[in-house]
Amino acid sequence: MKTLNDVQPGGRVRIRRHLSTGAVRQRLLDLGLMPNVLVTVVRSAPLNDPIEVKLDASNVSLRRREARTIEVSAEETDHV
Amino acid sequence: MSEHASSGHQGVLVALAGQQNAGKSTLFNVLTGARQHVANYPGVTVDKKYGQYADDAGTVHTVDLPGTYSLTSFSLEERVAREFLLDERPDVTVNVVDASNLRRSLHLTLQLLELELPTVLALNMMDVAESNGVRIDKTALAERLGLPVVATVGRKGEGREPLRAAIRAEATRQAAAPTAPPPPVRYGALEPAIVQLIARTAPQAGLDGVPRRWLALQLLQGDAAAAQVLEKRLGSELAGPIREDARRFIEAFESAEGIEVSDHVVACRDRVVETLLDGAVIGADDGRPSVTDRIDRVVLNRWAAPLFLVATVFAIYQVSIVWGYELTTYTWPFLAKLRELIAGVLPSANFLVDPYSRSLGLWLVDSANTLLNYVPIFLILFAAIAIIEDSGYMARIAFILDKILHRFGLHGQSTLPLILGGVFAGGCAVPGVMATKGIPDTRARFATILTVPFMNCLAKVPLYTLLLGIFFVEHKSLMMFYISTMTIIFALLVAKLLTKTVLRGQETSPFVMELPQYHLPTVSGVLRRSFERTWQYIQKVGTVVLAVAVVVFALLHLPGLSAESKAGYEERGQAAVAQFEAALAENSYRDVALGDNLVPLVNYFTDYKRAKLNAAGAAASQRVAEKFETRNPDFYPLVKPPAGDRDAKRAWGALRKLAAARQTLRREMREERITTSILGSIGRGLEPVTQFAGFDWKINVALLSSFAARESSVATLGVLFQQDDDQNATLEERMGAETRAGGATGLLAVSMLLFFALYPPCLATTIMVKVQTGSYKWMLFSIVFPTFLGLGVASAVYSIGTAAGASGITAMSAVYWGAFALLLLVGLLSERQAGRRLRARLSQAGADA
Repeated sequence: MKTLNDVQPGGRVRIRRHLSTGAVRQRLLDLGLMPNVLVTVVRSAPLNDPIEVKLDASNVSLRRREARTIEVSAEETDHV
Repeated sequence: MSEHASSGHQGVLVALAGQQNAGKSTLFNVLTGARQHVANYPGVTVDKKYGQYADDAGTVHTVDLPGTYSLTSFSLEERVAREFLLDERPDVTVNVVDASNLRRSLHLTLQLLELELPTVLALNMMDVAESNGVRIDKTALAERLGLPVVATVGRKGEGREPLRAAIRAEATRQAAAPTAPPPPVRYGALEPAIVQLIARTAPQAGLDGVPRRWLALQLLQGDAAAAQVLEKRLGSELAGPIREDARRFIEAFESAEGIEVSDHVVACRDRVVETLLDGAVIGADDGRPSVTDRIDRVVLNRWAAPLFLVATVFAIYQVSIVWGYELTTYTWPFLAKLRELIAGVLPSANFLVDPYSRSLGLWLVDSANTLLNYVPIFLILFAAIAIIEDSGYMARIAFILDKILHRFGLHGQSTLPLILGGVFAGGCAVPGVMATKGIPDTRARFATILTVPFMNCLAKVPLYTLLLGIFFVEHKSLMMFYISTMTIIFALLVAKLLTKTVLRGQETSPFVMELPQYHLPTVSGVLRRSFERTWQYIQKVGTVVLAVAVVVFALLHLPGLSAESKAGYEERGQAAVAQFEAALAENSYRDVALGDNLVPLVNYFTDYKRAKLNAAGAAASQRVAEKFETRNPDFYPLVKPPAGDRDAKRAWGALRKLAAARQTLRREMREERITTSILGSIGRGLEPVTQFAGFDWKINVALLSSFAARESSVATLGVLFQQDDDQNATLEERMGAETRAGGATGLLAVSMLLFFALYPPCLATTIMVKVQTGSYKWMLFSIVFPTFLGLGVASAVYSIGTAAGASGITAMSAVYWGAFALLLLVGLLSERQAGRRLRARLSQAGADA
């Protein structure tokens, strides 16, 4: 199983599903990390955690602990 | 909220709802102008901002709801916003959306429509959208949503009139014929369950005003607050079966569809949003990096990020704390003048014992001035914070530092409160605690609130300086280094401890945060926020500080001197007066100076001396002279004898002696009063406990009175270690001599330093703790816990140090490096623990799925 945490900066993936529940899941959905959405990992923070991802029209940062709960599809390499 | 209900007949109630970073508050300011107020929603610490404006047809009351991404009941802000919308049913809801991010924003719009609220859509930040190359077909969007749509640019004040017109039109339309918007989303396979639940709740009159379709949808999503509404309105007998039905529907749906209800709901809404936007919004991502992307490449670069961060922190510190403090030297004279003015109005001083109205009045003015003195610092500080917030850099700071802080139970956004509290040396815990407001994670927010007071606030510095000057002359810089870095070590350790213990049960939320686009802050926006927050500080802190100042005054003054010792002082006072009278027996100024004039004359003399002392420069000195001459031309020759007037000169000499005698008597009385006061008794009563830390009762009293305001610790020590008139030693020398004579060493100083570093926050801060946590329980905790911690640490260090015969500097080094080692250990351990827990959770989730 590949999660958002495994994606290197520059990688672009599609979100498959969330393993989290409750408030965490709601928060991720609210900020646009919905199933089927394409995300690009932009960078990790200077100390490696958290990470920053780019969505359609916004940039969101999340801890690796949360990123590990987001299952993603194999990397889409056509566009970086 | 009754103010709206009562005015509902003449006025219109409008609520502004929107997601964070959509510019909602800016648009609120544009809409209402200067007439607005901030209050709290009942029982919670969420700000309720309301204001009003008038258009041709009447008054419009406007409420700015907290920014929320959606309307579930997971976070406090969402619960507050939702309750307001449900209970108050505003006539019009203005949904402020970020035009450059419609795909996300419209999810909230759909939820507002499901609440059946008459809505106007404000497409805010149109300029940003346009500069990002996004073109929006407003008409098409309005048609598809069935809502009035207005384009606005809140930051530039554009779109106010069209928005006001749209609000009025919608309100008028609703007043004529109330119509709820049609349900915006069809939920496919979930629809049968929704319809059945509506059928179950529709006949219940107890649910009037609650949109049934919305309620059904919430129950199916397992929303706890919606279930509570049902329970409360219908009672558990009626609500029970309905909730049971909902539970069955959920189970049936999830086993049939293989997807959770809430995921299905989000997916359905997202499809609707896509249809809404299709063709109505063109452009967006052209693949080119935006300005924000380009800035972040530099500012968030792995190596450059720490540099920018340090530079920013240093700039805030320099501008607000250092320069702001310098500014107070210019503003202080105004406060001093205010004190003089009030002193002039109060009943004048007697020879020995002043009327309580005078001493209490001046005590209150002094307490108020201590607070007001910080106003320039706060104005600058809050402006600097507003700039960093509005620009979008604040979120980046959290991004950079979250890893370290999170490991100790804090949050990336704890950085700013800690800086304001005085990470280096010199800050103030009051704005520090205030700034915790933005931290979304309750547990981390509480941990931050409780550790900010450990920072080195400006008022702790005088005591540090005093103690270093007495005991650590040769190790001054090393000690300064220890003191200024030790606090953050302690704070992190305490944060970790609290998170693991008392804060365990507090709500936490994930660190999932938008990194907003960079904006240039506007001058008016920054100024407005700065004044607003400073005013809040004065209001909230000021009133309570004055109230408690009265209590401390009483503790220091009661029970007062015993009758016989008072008689003793009176006798000595009369002796001094008699001496003065004798000296003036043959003097031509006899009638001017004696009798009823005597006390006013001595007061006049002391006032003159103080005024002369405060006057800087020849011109100011001249002004003082003129002022006193006009105030009382008869007395003037006695305080400034004209050349050649021998009688005046002799009277002046006698007067000077009398004034000095009076001062000595008053000081002795004050000392005895403090010694016998309730606070003095408490200080003595605490000696058995504090002796392990090496504190005698004098130090206890100083530390106790510093609770009212930190600055007073040095002042109280000054009173207690008083000099006789023939001595002219500094407080350092006196305290040093006296405490050394008592066998004290540098070890005692270390014990005091540690206690003071861990000491409870000052009064003003505890008030702010109450405001920010919304509970007296936490306020009390913020006082009691540090007291025991400080006393424990100080006692351990002093007792062990004494037993081991360690010197002050050795003890301090041992404490410092011990704490540092503990910090590293805790940091490494919590990393491993977190990893283990997460793996366990994930394997659990994997098994469930």
